[in-house]
Amino acid sequence: MKKLVKALLGSAVVAVMAAPASAATLDDIKAKGHVQCGVNTGLIGFSAPDDDGNWTGLDVDFCRALAAAIFDDPDAVQFSPLSAKDRFTALQSGEVDVLSRNTTWTISRDTALGLNFAGVTYYDGQGFMVNAKNLPDIKSALQLSGATVCVQAGTTTELNLADYFKANNMEYNPVVFEKFEEVNSAYDAGRCDVYTTDQSGLYAVRLNLASPGDHIVLPEIISKEPLGPAVRHGDDQWLDIVKWTYYALVNAEELGVNKDNLEEKMQSDNPELRRLLGTEEGGKLGTDLGLTNDFAVRIVKHVGNYGDIFERNVGAESPLKISRGINALWTKGGLQYGMPIR
Amino acid sequence: MATQHSTAEGAAPRVPLLYDPRVRGIAYQVLVFVGLFALVYWIVGNTTANLQRANIASGFDFLKGRAGFDIGDSLIEYSSDSTYGRALFVGFLNTLRVAIVGIITATVIGFIIGIGRLSKNWLINRICLVYVEVFRNIPPLLVIFFWYFGVLSVLPLPRESIDLPLGSYINARGLFVPAFQWGPGAWLVLVAFAVALVFVFFVRRWAHKKQMATGEQFPVFWTSVGLIIGLPALAFIVTGFPLSFEFPQLSTFNLRGGMQIRPEFLSLYLALSFYTAAFIAEIVRAGVVGVNRGQSEASHALGLRSGQTMRLVIIPQALRIIIPPLTSQYLNLTKNSSLAVAIGYPDLVATGGTTLNQTGQAIEVVAIWLIVYLGLSLGTAGLMNWYNARMALVER
Repeated sequence: MKKLVKALLGSAVVAVMAAPASAATLDDIKAKGHVQCGVNTGLIGFSAPDDDGNWTGLDVDFCRALAAAIFDDPDAVQFSPLSAKDRFTALQSGEVDVLSRNTTWTISRDTALGLNFAGVTYYDGQGFMVNAKNLPDIKSALQLSGATVCVQAGTTTELNLADYFKANNMEYNPVVFEKFEEVNSAYDAGRCDVYTTDQSGLYAVRLNLASPGDHIVLPEIISKEPLGPAVRHGDDQWLDIVKWTYYALVNAEELGVNKDNLEEKMQSDNPELRRLLGTEEGGKLGTDLGLTNDFAVRIVKHVGNYGDIFERNVGAESPLKISRGINALWTKGGLQYGMPIR
Repeated sequence: MATQHSTAEGAAPRVPLLYDPRVRGIAYQVLVFVGLFALVYWIVGNTTANLQRANIASGFDFLKGRAGFDIGDSLIEYSSDSTYGRALFVGFLNTLRVAIVGIITATVIGFIIGIGRLSKNWLINRICLVYVEVFRNIPPLLVIFFWYFGVLSVLPLPRESIDLPLGSYINARGLFVPAFQWGPGAWLVLVAFAVALVFVFFVRRWAHKKQMATGEQFPVFWTSVGLIIGLPALAFIVTGFPLSFEFPQLSTFNLRGGMQIRPEFLSLYLALSFYTAAFIAEIVRAGVVGVNRGQSEASHALGLRSGQTMRLVIIPQALRIIIPPLTSQYLNLTKNSSLAVAIGYPDLVATGGTTLNQTGQAIEVVAIWLIVYLGLSLGTAGLMNWYNARMALVER
């Protein structure tokens, strides 16, 4: 019933209050003094509250980068934890300014849902996890016919799962929960044989299980899951700001700019660096965007570059220990490619 | 005289229009109606405009699109190739299923507990009181969680399933019972059952007429039982036992074969039944207590036994008190079934939620939810009102 009421309220908000969605989002954000950012309710490495109650993670840090670019303050951001099911309504209705919640970029979301994706902050793929102690013989996803599978409602995961089992002529028994936490506890309690979500998510979930060592992630990756921030249709300026905040992060890594060497790099004569950091004479790349010319400086000063964010939240410096893989820079064989800032 | 007359008569209609209560009444109603219409018009117009500007698809065409997701628990044929419309229909049937079996079970438990509350036996009385107080004072969601996480999810994994009689098993994946497999000719059993029902109907009418005419009683109840069990049993024997059982067997992941009753359904069904039964018990108690003592005394004085007194005198009168509040409990149970979403039972809200998320058409899906629940509730209320009218005191 609560959900019903919530959904109703959501559509009422769409109906009556959609006016602010049309106006310049940037002006609204400046007026209220913070960025309202939709994040996951708790996915380690992407967005989860730490021991002190501060939100941390790759998706969270992207929101902080936005806040830094606009306000020069990474804390000028408020987080709305959203379930997979509520996330799009929240963005459409103007409840959040940007959705940075490990959301897969697909064509239908880009068109019928009225969203615009600003880039891919993490290239992921869907995988499976099983309890190796209870099911020691399972080494491949192709052995999963007849299994009971736990999955979260309203995700691309749910659709890929159906496609994969159909394509391989296998049966399965889906148990679908609305909340991430519910899926986790149901899997942990043995309600399902298999847990499926994006592979990065599986590693994160495993850390929270009662005995993480018992569970293995199967080698198959069954889908492409480009995860990135999304905004509403209809405000190109705001889309540009979100997009170029992401590219500034990647460009900063490409040019080797980080928190420690920022002062030194700002003195550099390298024209590429001068354009990125806004130190160019008469440059107006930042102001054309609606921000200040030193927006990239603000971003790097407060949250670092893309590589720093990755390593801190999901990479070597985090409990997840995920390697850069396809998320490495294009110069190192990955897919992260910063569009030229000029 | 004449002047006096004219002033007396002219005074009444000369009340200014503004103060005429009838004119005022109509004016206010017109105003409210126009205001309401304007509000609805504005909301609809604004919504459409905003949806178009935000490039969000609208309309009900999405119902024909391929759903792409699977549903674990379906009463009808459904696969990921089915349409969104069918997915919603599957959810609707699941809501209906849990509501119907929930209402039946809640009524049975409620009547037993309610009568138990009136028992002169101290222990029975107290047990029923504790039951009512416990279940009535806990939110239904917690009762559902209690069954799902507290009872059913602590059951062992499939390999260590607990054996139940008749080839059934219970484990963390649910209750597995043998499935009926009807052979050829099984339809005859069903026909025999229907024939028996028709017979019972006529026997009852005949016995009633006979009692009215001659005062002789006919053992209607036992005849009915005999007919309902006997005829299908006869058909069953004649067709050569066209029934076999498929027993659940352990496979790699789970028990295969047989019929699986999933824990999501079980917990929702048990929770709603037990929760609503507590309210029904109190309604039943109130109904029985509400019948005047004199009624049973008079009935005894006429020579009716206590069973007959209860059946023929007390219950019919108590039902008049019981039915109206019982109807609202039935509606509550149906509406509370939407809490299924918390434990992953694919009811209308759950499948609708997924549909909403995949298509982004919030307004349409929410409208479908509202219409379906409204329809279900009005249907239930209509049925109960009809029953109430039948039970109501006929004044002659």
